[in-house]
Amino acid sequence: MRRATFIAACIIAAMAILVPVLNLWVPADSALHIPDHLVPLLGKYLCFAILALALDLAWGYCGILSLGHGAFFALGGYAMGMYLMRQIGSRGVYANPILPDFMVFLNWKDLPWYWYGFDMFWFAAIMVMLVPGLLAFVFGWFAFRSRVTGVYLSIITQALTYALLLAFFRNDMGFGGNNGLTDFKDILGFNIQSQGTRAALFAATALTLAAFLLMLQWIVASRLGKVMVAVRDAESRTRFIGYRVEHVKLFAFTLSAVMAGVAGALYVPQVGIINPGEFSPANSIEIVIWSAVGGRGTLVGPIIGALTVNAGKSYFTAAFPDAWLLVLGALFVCVTLFLPRGIVGTLSEWWEKRPQRTAAQAPVASMEAAQ
Amino acid sequence: MRRLIATLVLIVLMIVPARADLQSAVDALGSAKMDALEAVIKTLAGEPGPVPATVLGALADGKLYVRKSDQKVVIVAEEAGGFALTDPVTGASAGTVAAGEVSKIRINNALRRAIKAAAGGSALASPDPAKRLEAAQAVLKSRDASALPAIDAALAQETDAKVKAALQLAQAAALLGSDRPDTEKIAAISTLAATGSRDVLPVLAGAAEGQGDVALAARTAISGIETSLAFWNMGQNIWFGISLGSVLLLAAVGLAITFGVMGVINMAHGELVMLGGYSTFVVQEVIRNHAPGLFDASLFIALPIAFLVAAMAGLVIERLVIRPLYGRPLETLLATWGVSLILQQTIRMIFGPTNREVGNPSWASGAFELGQLSITYNRLWLVIFSLIVFFALYAVLNKTWFGLQMRAVTQNRRMASAIGIKTPWIGALTFAVGSGIAGIAGVGLSQIDNVSPDLGQSYSIDSFMVVVFGGVGNIWGTLVAAMTLGIINKLLEPFAGAVLGKILVLVFIILFIQKRPRGLFALKGRFVEA
Repeated sequence: MRRATFIAACIIAAMAILVPVLNLWVPADSALHIPDHLVPLLGKYLCFAILALALDLAWGYCGILSLGHGAFFALGGYAMGMYLMRQIGSRGVYANPILPDFMVFLNWKDLPWYWYGFDMFWFAAIMVMLVPGLLAFVFGWFAFRSRVTGVYLSIITQALTYALLLAFFRNDMGFGGNNGLTDFKDILGFNIQSQGTRAALFAATALTLAAFLLMLQWIVASRLGKVMVAVRDAESRTRFIGYRVEHVKLFAFTLSAVMAGVAGALYVPQVGIINPGEFSPANSIEIVIWSAVGGRGTLVGPIIGALTVNAGKSYFTAAFPDAWLLVLGALFVCVTLFLPRGIVGTLSEWWEKRPQRTAAQAPVASMEAAQ
Repeated sequence: MRRLIATLVLIVLMIVPARADLQSAVDALGSAKMDALEAVIKTLAGEPGPVPATVLGALADGKLYVRKSDQKVVIVAEEAGGFALTDPVTGASAGTVAAGEVSKIRINNALRRAIKAAAGGSALASPDPAKRLEAAQAVLKSRDASALPAIDAALAQETDAKVKAALQLAQAAALLGSDRPDTEKIAAISTLAATGSRDVLPVLAGAAEGQGDVALAARTAISGIETSLAFWNMGQNIWFGISLGSVLLLAAVGLAITFGVMGVINMAHGELVMLGGYSTFVVQEVIRNHAPGLFDASLFIALPIAFLVAAMAGLVIERLVIRPLYGRPLETLLATWGVSLILQQTIRMIFGPTNREVGNPSWASGAFELGQLSITYNRLWLVIFSLIVFFALYAVLNKTWFGLQMRAVTQNRRMASAIGIKTPWIGALTFAVGSGIAGIAGVGLSQIDNVSPDLGQSYSIDSFMVVVFGGVGNIWGTLVAAMTLGIINKLLEPFAGAVLGKILVLVFIILFIQKRPRGLFALKGRFVEA
């Protein structure tokens, strides 16, 4: 598996260079040209891939099925959105140099304290990781210490994201209420609409994904990774051996939330809006199916799952808008019933079995596959 | 014969002076100057009978004119070629004249107000009890002391108890505005305070200003009423809470069986509730088109149908999706979520994405008052219905052979199998019963909520919260949890607002689960971890 991960990381890193080049410098009439609208779309898919990868760390490797990962994603997105809102400055409809439009509209006089600092990119970047991480840490601290496991944990994570959904819909919260944050102008001084910025954002997303992939490969292969898998497969036994199960879980859950927050932060400038809808429990469950389709407990799987499911979604919602939910529903049922290890898991199982027939010719291949 | 004549004479004698007074008052309207008009209006309003109301109404509408030739006051109706005149006192026609021969009695806004207050006084003498009641309530609001004689007169001959009570309040209110002695005013305050109603608060507040015994009495009365109102308010909130709790109970009680007792996570539970709602809709549509007379019975017809539809759907889900995933709760969760998406979309494709209207039968519409509580019939029936469903389920689980087998399977599947219980069938039946109850819940919820493809989703998280909070494997826990959450939610609402209240409840549950991971009424014993 290690080799497959490195190959995947290389492919993604290559995309980070190739897609901007094909978009910006290859002439539009060339067959290799990537049209302008496709770049943010691909970027969006890669954000989802990061998100699926994050969930896979918690679910696939540590057995924590979170139905609230969309909340961490959205929180990261809101942190980035707040930075982008502050960058608008006096170019908003009401031309207020400090207050975002929706606050002027609500007759607010001062910036709420939690909006301070978001005019600086570094501060926003820290918040992107800190806010989801802190929430996951506190939530996980209480949940894992009281040994809330299995479906109970899943249901209260769902309640968490549902509560946040309701909260962010309120105008009094100071996050734009129903409409969320939008109408962004520029990021780090570059026009957010320009093709160059979009290509750069895509490259940043792809590089982040590749880096996360390598980081997780390193974690999973380490001793800690082995303990995580042990917790997933036999929690009580691991505890009896003497490991602090709740610490391991807390680490996986928090890191996973931070990754989700980063994915959200990369997502918002590319789609140009963040609203409370991202907190909806249905979104969070969809993340789970990306990981499940690709293959949980593998690192490449969730990426493949997120890409195929979202490509399918784009295709179906355009071609057969009514059928998409049916397809998605059937996907949930069929993958759990017939493909429990997902695409990648099933393929690698098949790959592992194949050399046994030709074991004499290729002992080396079987050893590599076993890894 | 002589006696008859005597009586007639007596009647004439009684009427004539009255009519003479009336006539002079009406005539005064025509001759008085603008600033004297108000006094005339009040005099007129004090006259008995229906005439003052007619005249004042005409005056307010600008239909009261003076005939230039003889200064007679007439009511005018526009006609082609002139005005048709009516004598206001006798009601007889007084011919038709050209527009130039009459002049309008002009009034200003101050007079309009005076007329309105005066008309209230004269409506007190109306033969229609509803009008009298309305007039009495108007006086209660206006606190017009000048209406006092009219009220006293009306009160003396009032027979309708409801109107009489309203008149007494109006009398007390008018008294407070008058210059009667303080003892009478204090008596009036105690009459008002005795109602404990919100309506008398402004009246008392008017009297509470300033110094003296009256103001003191009024202030005491106000604080007394406010205390009792706060009490009733609390009662109303608790009633709303019970009503919300019964909604939660209905949505969650089926789940208490499938999740709580069988340990199966059914994310499609809300969609089974939705199927029940749509079954009600279909039944009502058929009844509307073919047998409108049965409409009041539509819910009773829908109940078994909704049960069967949802139970069949549940059975199919159990056989196809849940059985193969037995013992893998997280996968069950995902697969049943998929089922819920499919059900939602199928219903959306059949019935459309918009809300479908399910009507309330006549016995479930309207409301009644209990003290200061206002209770709607559909909510009341829903509370009763949810309790019936709950106790029926409780009886099935604890008093029947099927319930016994079911509990045996729940507690120890292999042991139950060893003593000859057909565990797969019991599992399937249990799931079907739980699903069927979700369908029944749909019938109940269709009475208070819109039937739409999203109906189930809005209940799904709430009902999981109820079951988890109450404790898995214990349906008493579900009852207590549903009512507790409902009441907490509604008690929080006045302080925190609806959305924040709901968020607080969710946070409360999340924290509660940390403290007691197995819920309010956790199962104890050997089968806990099984």
